[in-house]
Amino acid sequence: MALAQAQALPATTGTIVPDKIRDGIDLLINGENYRHTGDPQMPLLWYLRDVLRLTGTKYGGDHGENGADLILLKGKATSAISVTVAKASGMDIVTIEGLAANDGTLHPVQQAFIDEDAIGCGYCTPGWIIASVDLLKRKKQPSDDDIDTLPNVCRCGCQTRVRRAIKRVAAGKAGLP
Amino acid sequence: MSDDLLSDHVSNRGIRLSRRRFLQVLAGGAGALMIGIRMADAADVDVPLPPSLLGDTFYGIGAYVRIDTDGNVLIGVRDPDTGTGVATSLPRIIADELDADWNRVSVVSLGLGVTNNNGEPSWIYGRQVGGTGGSISAAWADLRQAGAVARWLLLQAAARRLGVPADRLRCESGTVIALDGRRFTYGSLIEDASKIDMPNSVPPLKTAERYQLIGNPAGDVDAREIVTGQTRFAIDQQYGDTLTAVVVHCPWPDGTLDGIDFTDTLAVKGVVKVLQLNPEAGQQTGTTLSTIAVAVVAEDTWSALKGRQKLKLKWKPGASNSESSDALEQQAVALLAGKTDPTTRVRNDGDVDAAGKKAARRLEATYFQPWLAHATAEPMNCLVRVEKDKATLVVPTQAPQKAWAVVHRLTGLTPDQIQISVPRVGGGYGRRLDHDYVAEAVMLATNKDINKSVRLMWTHEQDLDHDYYRSGSVHQLSVVIDHKRQITGWNQRMASASTLVNRGVPDSRLWTSEVDVDQLPAALVSNYRSDWYGQTSAIPRGPARSMPHLSNAFAVESFIDEIAHSMKEDPLDTHLRLLGEAREVPLSGGGTFDTGRLINVLKLVADRIEWKNWLHSVNGLGIACWHFNGAYVAHAIEVASKDQKLVIQRVVCAVDVGRIINPMGLEGQVAGATLDALSTALNLSITFKDGQIQQRSGKDYPLASMAQLPDAVEVITVSGDRDPAGASFLAMPTAAPALANAVFRATAVRIRRLPLTKELSRLS
Repeated sequence: MALAQAQALPATTGTIVPDKIRDGIDLLINGENYRHTGDPQMPLLWYLRDVLRLTGTKYGGDHGENGADLILLKGKATSAISVTVAKASGMDIVTIEGLAANDGTLHPVQQAFIDEDAIGCGYCTPGWIIASVDLLKRKKQPSDDDIDTLPNVCRCGCQTRVRRAIKRVAAGKAGLP
Repeated sequence: MSDDLLSDHVSNRGIRLSRRRFLQVLAGGAGALMIGIRMADAADVDVPLPPSLLGDTFYGIGAYVRIDTDGNVLIGVRDPDTGTGVATSLPRIIADELDADWNRVSVVSLGLGVTNNNGEPSWIYGRQVGGTGGSISAAWADLRQAGAVARWLLLQAAARRLGVPADRLRCESGTVIALDGRRFTYGSLIEDASKIDMPNSVPPLKTAERYQLIGNPAGDVDAREIVTGQTRFAIDQQYGDTLTAVVVHCPWPDGTLDGIDFTDTLAVKGVVKVLQLNPEAGQQTGTTLSTIAVAVVAEDTWSALKGRQKLKLKWKPGASNSESSDALEQQAVALLAGKTDPTTRVRNDGDVDAAGKKAARRLEATYFQPWLAHATAEPMNCLVRVEKDKATLVVPTQAPQKAWAVVHRLTGLTPDQIQISVPRVGGGYGRRLDHDYVAEAVMLATNKDINKSVRLMWTHEQDLDHDYYRSGSVHQLSVVIDHKRQITGWNQRMASASTLVNRGVPDSRLWTSEVDVDQLPAALVSNYRSDWYGQTSAIPRGPARSMPHLSNAFAVESFIDEIAHSMKEDPLDTHLRLLGEAREVPLSGGGTFDTGRLINVLKLVADRIEWKNWLHSVNGLGIACWHFNGAYVAHAIEVASKDQKLVIQRVVCAVDVGRIINPMGLEGQVAGATLDALSTALNLSITFKDGQIQQRSGKDYPLASMAQLPDAVEVITVSGDRDPAGASFLAMPTAAPALANAVFRATAVRIRRLPLTKELSRLS
């Protein structure tokens, strides 16, 4: 049987419309991908707290003065109120919620803060921990002068205990008696 | 802290045995054993609630202890934890009395316990106050009984099962153990125990040698959640439909809104409404707004803040627009120099004037204290949902009963229709004994145009320039020394604007927030006079940490150091001569002052810092001691002056609070309060000019950086067997004078005015 005569292709195939790229800004937070479709100028702090409900990062002044809003941006301690969602796009962001291992094992700095009772009211503690993680990444054996550079403040007076916690981590003794 | 600051339904004292007290055993729906203390002033509450009413809910029944069949124990905490550690220490007091296994104890914040007693509130948990130094002593008086009753019931249940007398059994770590070694876990006994009638009286409490938890260190129960960012403070909470509100306050406390244009604000995407909030006329300080405010209500924080940025506001100053902190201080100096009678003669022992006539030596000095703000880490905020017959709130408060009163007044709801939960609080220091921010939030949530739940959030800037400040003060001290070098007369005159004005406190008691009638060296010097001169100011004042000791200890302990220097004496010896023999001195405010305990802490810090060896070293050593609320504290501080910069080399603090509940918690409180006091003394002051606060941001009110503070605080705790006293701000008053005294030894500059850094650079 003869092959059916091939039908002529229609003159046009219509306009090919590619799938629209979704609006928004891509964010990588604690290893998860998020897309923000609101105001690109929204400070990352409010995106974390209001949109994602990751409330471990605290409001710490309109310019992050007390350090409670520190996060790790590309591994560096950064005030989350001072960086916009647009600017943080594509960068690796780690908040206090993302420090512990997936199995719940605490980061050594978190463990050392517990060991040394380096907690006052606890509000600014996440910021202290983020700053300490950053410091210990840059200086494996930080001196007292290095520790003095932490930007955080705390009215409960946890500073001397934070210092001990950092030294405990440096000595590899987090979680040990 | 003065009890007067806790008026409005709240007493700073524990519930005493003489007050009506109801212990209840409640079988919960899940068969758990629940023990509670119900406290109420109304007789008709003396009817146990039928278990059917309770369901398996733990809340609202006055329960403190719940033991489940699996042996897990849940303990409720009634007092807000503002970082004082009461969420750990209060449950440990109960758990020890219960002989519970601490590893199986979990802790829950009870929130406000209130029932309706003919329209009046009945506080079912008794006193609920945090951060005023009273939680531990109150709990010691009443909470231990809850644990003791639970243990007694479990013992009875085991005794019946075994057919032996209960006194042949003992409890250990969640288990009842018989003489023959048979054991029953608490979980296996609770069904029987919940059927046993309550004892007629409270069973005997444990004796100290049997304590298992009290006196042993324990980490904060919330620690793991805090370090992982899981703790939900009030500011972290919202309901599904919650709107966010931010506010702008009038820069003058008595100013008015003269013009407003919020067109641009409403144009911001997400902004829902702009509303004006007004203080209610005739309300006491701290129960309504302190100034007129404009609120921007929006769908989220960022929209609200953007909207606030676009507000165009014109404020008109009120009558206070000429006030300045400088002028107020000059007025104080003039008052103290003048001949007018004091507002209150606080104390007058012997005859100071007569003693002065026999003086071999006199000395006089004047000390100046700045105004201070609270600067809590968590800003003022409040989450409110108001429905027709219910208000639900999450409030970061130190006194939920006072917050309740504000909600009650503004909503007209009955006492039990108001539910207040209190999560962990991001710092209090007295600020959260006032509830203007709660009033603001409730006004917004009840506005007919809002009709949704509202969370109000202040910024730190607003916390700073719309606080209830600690008044500045001027202290003029003079001393009479006889020819035997004995201090025979002490005259102190102080001027300040009382915190208690417009707080329902009679004029004759306004001094109580400003000076302590029994403070050092009262009762040690036979001719002793203390006068207080009240000043008026429109700047709002409120309770502050360690008030009134923070200001007075600086003046008195600096002055004793000056006296020592003028007599060419070791200031430690001057202190010891003043304190004399170890003895109990009766206090006019009740209780006694044990001079031996104060001498002890003083000697402990002196020994630790090697006072004798260092007295003549190039570094400066300073010492100071104080007693209040039945507790004793001393600091010794060593400073060096390096390249014209002050370096705090060593800080030693010794405290005696009587029985220590949690040594780890106590050390943290003492080190923390020491650092707070140093930070305050070094850097902090609030000033006002033209009626406006001049500090606008954290930069203007800089809490000390890590570099400014000492690397360590060496804490020495004296363990005793007296009933425990509060510790949360015990270490505040002596840090500043010990520092200033050390600075004098190192630099020969006498600091009589705080903050110290500014004064030292002015004088150097």
